[in-house]
Amino acid sequence: MAENRYLLNAQLAQMLKGGVIMDVVNVQHAQIAQEAGAVAVMALERVPADIRKQGGVARMSDPGLVKAIKEAVTIPVMAKARIGHFVEAQILQALKIDYIDESEVLTPADEDCHIDKSKFEIPFVCGARNLGEALRRIAEGAAMIRTKGEAGTGDVVEAVRHMRTMNREIRQLASMPTEEIMSFAKSNGIPYELGLEVKKLGRLPVVNFAAGGIATPADAALMMQLGCDGVFVGSGIFKSADPVRRASAIVKATAFYNDPARLLEVSMDLGDPMAGQSVASLSGEDRLAGRGW
Amino acid sequence: MIVGGSGVLGVLDLQGGVQEHLEHLRRVGVAARPVKSAAGLEGLAGLIIPGGESTCLSRLLRLFGLDEAIKRAYAAGLKLWGTCAGAILLASENVGETPFFGLIDIAVDRNAFGSQLDSFNREMLVSAVAKEPIPLTFIRAPKIVRAGESVQVLLQLDDYIAAAENERILVTVFHPELTPNLAFHRYFARKCGVLPVNGDGAALDPNWTPQSWMRFSHHV
Repeated sequence: MAENRYLLNAQLAQMLKGGVIMDVVNVQHAQIAQEAGAVAVMALERVPADIRKQGGVARMSDPGLVKAIKEAVTIPVMAKARIGHFVEAQILQALKIDYIDESEVLTPADEDCHIDKSKFEIPFVCGARNLGEALRRIAEGAAMIRTKGEAGTGDVVEAVRHMRTMNREIRQLASMPTEEIMSFAKSNGIPYELGLEVKKLGRLPVVNFAAGGIATPADAALMMQLGCDGVFVGSGIFKSADPVRRASAIVKATAFYNDPARLLEVSMDLGDPMAGQSVASLSGEDRLAGRGW
Repeated sequence: MIVGGSGVLGVLDLQGGVQEHLEHLRRVGVAARPVKSAAGLEGLAGLIIPGGESTCLSRLLRLFGLDEAIKRAYAAGLKLWGTCAGAILLASENVGETPFFGLIDIAVDRNAFGSQLDSFNREMLVSAVAKEPIPLTFIRAPKIVRAGESVQVLLQLDDYIAAAENERILVTVFHPELTPNLAFHRYFARKCGVLPVNGDGAALDPNWTPQSWMRFSHHV
């Protein structure tokens, strides 16, 4: 990928800042999301809560579905490829969507390698639990990062853990004398040059969204106050009792994340949130966040 | 032409490329602040409506009556600059859609280039704004497909208009705030009657980097 193409891709993510990216499984959902003020939609066959419930192998969605959604909205369209499945990514690039999510929500196709994203023209967003994981994905060519959280649970605890971990590691790095960085980079799996850049910037060098378990306007504002640039909401909208109202409320809460009076106003009378499942009740193999290397 | 008021410029801070504009205004030496509510418009000489998603911005503008407050401030003399999504919101005509502010007589065709794979950079001379060619960044950009008699075209490219203005509004479908080019921010500041401290500096700032906006990001 040419350097200017990577920059254009990182800059598209900049234009999404302060916004909400919503999972949608059909054209009608996509239109509801756009109408509510989503900055992009993630087109997929099953939201993570259903993938979790139904089990089996989760793969890239039928491109026909993604194409129908792309034709139905004017906002950017994203879709998921399996970790390491570079041919799914090639197909999604040929479809000319706007962003690919190399996602742990789908069943990984490779147990060692992620996609070499630098070979593609299309931008990628990748999940991360900590600074090392985020910087390894950026080194591979990701133009945007998101927390992994624990998708499909409606429990925000993992997203909080990932964001706090990243913030803590960035603070450590920022306060370190340069000679300690190589050792820190080694023990945390951080590409050295990117470690130096993070030390200088005091944050990730690309846009970083929250994802995984966000179910309420308060969850979205929590992640924003923890320093995220925007949020993804997966199952939290269309698995709730009133998706139209909830989608709109989460958009407002993300924009006014620092204004408790407005957060109060938008949090009222939204109907039931998604039922959810606590992350603590999940066994190891049911935890998706552990996927990724 | 000097406008009354504090000489401060605002950047609409609801969603999108807010920090990038604040950083460019800082570099040209103009006092600026993010604007999230009607109260924030008070005393501003000009307001930038940044790039982002225009549907999202329109929903958030309506939410607390900020759209009406901007219209009132405009009627009272506020100057406006819309980049990308901002230009879509200011246009009097949107192909296939209802216009939002409708304050400048142009027709805009959203996503006229296609998807992100069709985003691109170019370098062009915009003679009203800078003496040398400046870099232009188009991201899922709209096209201005018509400009009325009250509107001056600042940059015509191929089959579309990329920058235009009338007496009180500037529109660009590209993003000067995503490049080292400070000339457009100086141009808008002067249009607002604000004289930038670094008004005579080079069009391109060699110290600007693609991460410069992070100074204004709210990371903790």
